[in-house]
Amino acid sequence: MTSPPERIALTPEELAARIEGRAAFNPRQRGQLPKVFWAEQDPLERVKNVSEVPLAYTPEQARAEAVRCLSCKNEPCVTGCPVGVDVPGFLNLVADGDFRGAIRKIKETNLLPAICGRVCPQESQCQQNCMVAKVHKDLGFAVSIGKIEAFLADWEREVGGVELPPVGAPSGFRVAIIGAGPSGLTCAGDLRRFGHEAVVFEAFHKAGGVLVYGIPEFRLPKAIVAAEVDNLAKMGVAFELDTVVGQTLSIDDLFDEGFQAVYVATGAGLPYFVNVPGEDANGVYSANEYLTRANLMGAFRFPEEDTPVLRRENVAVLGGGNVAMDSARTALRLGAKNVYLVYRRSREEMPARLEEVHHAEEEGVRFRLLNAPVEILTTPDGWVRALKVQRCELGEPDEKGRRRPVPIEGAFEELPVEIVIEAIGNGPNPLIPKTTAGLSTTRHGTLVVDEATMMTTRKGVFAGGDIVAGAATVILAMGHGRKAAAAIDAYLRCEAEPPTANPPS
Amino acid sequence: MFRIIEKRPLGEHVTLYEVEAPRVAKRHRPGQFVMVRPHPRSERIPLTIAHADREKGTITLVVQAVGKTTFEMSDAFAQGDCFCDVAGPLGNPTHIAIPGRAEDFRGTVACVAGGIGAAPMLPIARAFRDAGHEVVTILGARRKDLLVFEDRLGSASRELLVCTDDGSSGRKGFVTDVLKDLIETRRAMGSDVHLAVAIGPPLMMKFCSKTTRPYAVPTLVSLNTIMVDGTGMCGGCRVMVDGVAKYVCVDGPEFDGHKVDFDGMMRRQAMYRREEAESLARYREEAR
Repeated sequence: MTSPPERIALTPEELAARIEGRAAFNPRQRGQLPKVFWAEQDPLERVKNVSEVPLAYTPEQARAEAVRCLSCKNEPCVTGCPVGVDVPGFLNLVADGDFRGAIRKIKETNLLPAICGRVCPQESQCQQNCMVAKVHKDLGFAVSIGKIEAFLADWEREVGGVELPPVGAPSGFRVAIIGAGPSGLTCAGDLRRFGHEAVVFEAFHKAGGVLVYGIPEFRLPKAIVAAEVDNLAKMGVAFELDTVVGQTLSIDDLFDEGFQAVYVATGAGLPYFVNVPGEDANGVYSANEYLTRANLMGAFRFPEEDTPVLRRENVAVLGGGNVAMDSARTALRLGAKNVYLVYRRSREEMPARLEEVHHAEEEGVRFRLLNAPVEILTTPDGWVRALKVQRCELGEPDEKGRRRPVPIEGAFEELPVEIVIEAIGNGPNPLIPKTTAGLSTTRHGTLVVDEATMMTTRKGVFAGGDIVAGAATVILAMGHGRKAAAAIDAYLRCEAEPPTANPPS
Repeated sequence: MFRIIEKRPLGEHVTLYEVEAPRVAKRHRPGQFVMVRPHPRSERIPLTIAHADREKGTITLVVQAVGKTTFEMSDAFAQGDCFCDVAGPLGNPTHIAIPGRAEDFRGTVACVAGGIGAAPMLPIARAFRDAGHEVVTILGARRKDLLVFEDRLGSASRELLVCTDDGSSGRKGFVTDVLKDLIETRRAMGSDVHLAVAIGPPLMMKFCSKTTRPYAVPTLVSLNTIMVDGTGMCGGCRVMVDGVAKYVCVDGPEFDGHKVDFDGMMRRQAMYRREEAESLARYREEAR
């Protein structure tokens, strides 16, 4: 993992000159152009608010940054994208100032660019393969594909006006989508493009899944998610909220109600706990609970909104992924003075995005790497008073090549904290597999699917996102949704019972 | 939206709501609950279903006002108004059988209800009766005016034993006293109490479990802990059962009362006491 490059700001004149002279650069010159950095909220200020940390590119910044693209013949960035967005294609249009053309190009493969631009791990996908980064021998110098993508989506929403993808001629087929998270939303949008009726069933009172309950406002403004959901509704996607499939109704009921296919996208909604003594204490949260209270339930605004979340000065977060970073940074914004991020491996193994790690450090999160949690210590009345950790060193690599943390004998330490947030991962939600006949699961509890079609072991029932992949990324979940929609379309047209003339309403 | 088609006071701070929720009504089985979010700024709170009418597509909830959300429900919502969200039915239904016996065994079930625990007890008592068990219901409350569903529980039971802390109705004493006497009387007669089901305040369920333990009468308790989603996603409702963390929402809400760590559960229930008091005080201030 490299540290972010030094942020040199370009003057308006420099930006204008680059845009003006863009056609004349040869690839060598292009590769040497300085990266255009976006402004960010000051770390000391932003921990007092929930607004976004990176400020959007200006149109000139976006264009000048897009000029850096080398338009490589083999398109390594496209290969790195789970949904295969035509990256050089849209970057060239941006460089020319054709924002409308560019957003259209993205939307050919990705319906939710405002979200992907913000939450995709670009440095391990499109930007990881960027030749410009290779020229500079520094991943931080890759073309800022994600930031340009977010810029375009915001431009479309705020300036250009959103163009909805055309909806296909009505096929008469009805598809039920279970879960209104990124995978379900993508699938529903695509199904409308094919002309099928799409009804999304959501357990919560709001659509968006992890985008609304998990990812904090400062990383993904909820107004953006609401706008995307609204666009899908305008395309004719129906939403049935407060409906817990598996409890309120079963997959069999859905077929009985006249749906010809079902897409299961219920996500990874089962929090894991480390399983150390003291986890029962008051003040111990799963990251799911902590973030859901803060985000979806509005505990940031308590008592304006009714759901509380504990606010204390000292907080320990367990884990090294994006959810751990989100929890730590949320704790700061809820007024914590000391936030420890306790991770048992080293920085190299941290699964979090580089940008999130960097932002967390800037904001003052104290990283306790190679620290394994061993016990939560409590007061006599059962509240958290400290986290006991054991220092580790890196041992031999395991079968995946990751060096294992080995506890150093006797090297214990107590971190005085009042809240412990466990962000060590989530398992697949068991409600659907438990209540539906004919669905095979793996030993991890995920659904077994045919990788080409995303069809489960039950005919007409497809699945994707974290219920299949385990806890993965938003974009992978979207990729599954897209793949499944195409397969469902093929299935309906070839194999399903033709719809009746008057489908039940 | 979930319309309130009937709202009726049952006692001091206790209100019955009959709410339109056709899908919930269709699937409901005794022992299950719903998550209710009365309005867009509310908490999501778990409420056990007292009755479901499939024909009408309604469910009945009996709610005691104790905090801001439940007071607001009774103050600000009238018959004809709608609750913003009702999701369910959630949790596992009551297993209508005697633990440790063959499925076809028919025995005596003591249904012990404390306060508004009477409401969720009703469908359970009826289900045991309909399955052919002898149902003896013990209904207790602090005072006469806090007894709810007395008639309905009476008609669902072979025998109804009422007690109040102050003796204003029925026997003066606690449900645990009545339960102990019932077990001893039955045993003296050569019969038995084969199962106790206790629903009510945590302390009452704790002592019911303590009462039945020396007699080895299997005891089911229905827990109502703090929840956010109610579908296993947050883990906020976790309670230690036999030394293992269980989720009330998806593993429960009913557990073996002899194995539940009631003290731990009550401690966790008090986790937001400060915030709850602040919220309620603020609400009362605004209401004035």
